[in-house]
Amino acid sequence: MSAPITEPTKVGGAGVPPQRAVGKTPPRPGDRRSEGLTLNVFSHGFLVLWAVLIILPLLWLVLSSFKTDAQIGGSALGWPSHWQFDVFQRAWSKGIGDYFANTLIVLVFSVPLTMLLGSMAAYVLARYEFPGNRLVYYFFVGGAMFPVFLALVPLFFMVKRLDMLNTYQGLILVYVAYSMPFTVFFMHSFFRTLPTAVFEAAVLDGASHSRAFFQVMLPMAKPGLLSVGIFNVLGQWNQYILPSVLMQPQTSSDPERYVLTQGLIQLQQQQGYATDLPVLFAGVTIAMVPMLIVYLSFQRQVQAGLTSATLK
Amino acid sequence: MRKGQYRFVAGFLLAPLALYLIFVIWPYVQTIGYSFTDWKGQSQTFSFVGLDNYKALFQDDVFMGAIWHNILFLVFIPVITILLALFFAFMVNAGGRGRAGGVQGVAGSGFYKIVYFFPQVLSLAIVAVLFGALYRSDSGGLLNGILIKLGLVDADNPIEWMNEPHLVLWCLMAVVVWHGVGFYLVLFSAAMQSVPRDIYEAALLDGASRTHTFFRVTLPLLWDTVQTAWVYLGIIAMDMFVLVSTMTQGTGYGGGPDHHSEVMANVMMRNFLYYGKSGYACAMGVIMLLLTLVLSVVTLRATRRERIEF
Repeated sequence: MSAPITEPTKVGGAGVPPQRAVGKTPPRPGDRRSEGLTLNVFSHGFLVLWAVLIILPLLWLVLSSFKTDAQIGGSALGWPSHWQFDVFQRAWSKGIGDYFANTLIVLVFSVPLTMLLGSMAAYVLARYEFPGNRLVYYFFVGGAMFPVFLALVPLFFMVKRLDMLNTYQGLILVYVAYSMPFTVFFMHSFFRTLPTAVFEAAVLDGASHSRAFFQVMLPMAKPGLLSVGIFNVLGQWNQYILPSVLMQPQTSSDPERYVLTQGLIQLQQQQGYATDLPVLFAGVTIAMVPMLIVYLSFQRQVQAGLTSATLK
Repeated sequence: MRKGQYRFVAGFLLAPLALYLIFVIWPYVQTIGYSFTDWKGQSQTFSFVGLDNYKALFQDDVFMGAIWHNILFLVFIPVITILLALFFAFMVNAGGRGRAGGVQGVAGSGFYKIVYFFPQVLSLAIVAVLFGALYRSDSGGLLNGILIKLGLVDADNPIEWMNEPHLVLWCLMAVVVWHGVGFYLVLFSAAMQSVPRDIYEAALLDGASRTHTFFRVTLPLLWDTVQTAWVYLGIIAMDMFVLVSTMTQGTGYGGGPDHHSEVMANVMMRNFLYYGKSGYACAMGVIMLLLTLVLSVVTLRATRRERIEF
């Protein structure tokens, strides 16, 4: 089950041209059509219902950010009375901006580093024979089997000993390390499928091993890099447990370096004291937008990347 | 292999392997070691206490209750999610008009796939805030708002979703199912699409109905994928930390009302970061690991079928 799954066929799914089947219409066309019709109405009903269940809450949340506190507490179904966008500005200045920036700073380093180190390891494991190769490979891939909770306590003290609690570099290194299993697994199977001929030609032309990797093999692996890259962006952007353990101010003078997910939860928990729900909802809306954009632009790669993440 | 190659391989493996060992493997190993100590986490002095932590665990009613809740999640989350996802996947891929031979998706199946999958790219933190608002215990919550509008709930006495001991676990489950169905729909779709069309057409020529086709043809061919989904949903059911710690009441990482929504992960975090009982928390981590391993092995064994080649 190690082969990464191919991308789902594009929109429309099954894509069998209807004409093909027409000639082979089963024995009792009348019965079948009516069965198909009722089932179709029935099933379509459920499909629509679930789509509504997905979209409605999200839309409601976005709309709610335009309401006032009193309106939010009063009735869930009311329409916002005024469409002012300053709530987004307020949310941004109330911390969302900083949380956003912290997440970005971490990801700008952690994702490329994950991709680089993961590809390097996957490459030598996939294309070079050396004693212990399989062992190292399983060592890398096996890490995905264990729940992250198992490591949390010692991990905290490890990062503390390195003096990296509540620092960007600490979180970056931890993200890279925990993204290694899937990245190595995915890129390993990708490098295996690349043709050897191109590599040999490069070596014959006098390229060193590392040059062959950076200038020949890595560019050829672009589609794989894209899929696994998106997977890592999503995974690290959405990470909550690791930062909530590692990114707490250690002393009162320590600056708050919450990432976005942590910050949102922080905002939510503050609602107990000072109610400014529109700000919280606006914050969530702001946090959702980049995900929506990434998802809609790379929808097929996202689905393919996440799907193969599961099929290992 | 020539000498230069060894140096190259070693050079490429050094940094990734070092990071991985320091931050992933070594902590895993340490957890097991620390679980036999009375380590408080503050100092490096601690003593070996053998199985005391594990014995204490079995006396710890909160943790035992938490295991029970995880088991409930373990039973219901995979079943509900997989059934819904299979149903939707079949509709999207083979639910089209009978005229097309029953092997075509319903109209707009691409749209459904895109919409259903979207929650999966949202972080659980966002989902937690969203459902926190949905489950509000006054008429400002979407659920109560709708129920009041429909006249099913008294406006002066709305349902306290997350504060009702017998409701809270189901509310949490609903969130997980909402979040996950789209993902498994896509997973099953991919598997369905790799099934050769001829098999469906042959079944149809033999006069099989769509229900028949699903149970006799589609499901058996998808079994491997369903099994994988089961293991993954099981791992999710063993976790649940983000939702419980953010959506439920309780001192130090939620778990309320009155311990009715405790799960192993949040009890562990409370003991570690709130009470400073690191060694004890490590023992909980080990129990979680053991249960996860048992779960995987049992699932893979119990669902083992003869593999169908196509």
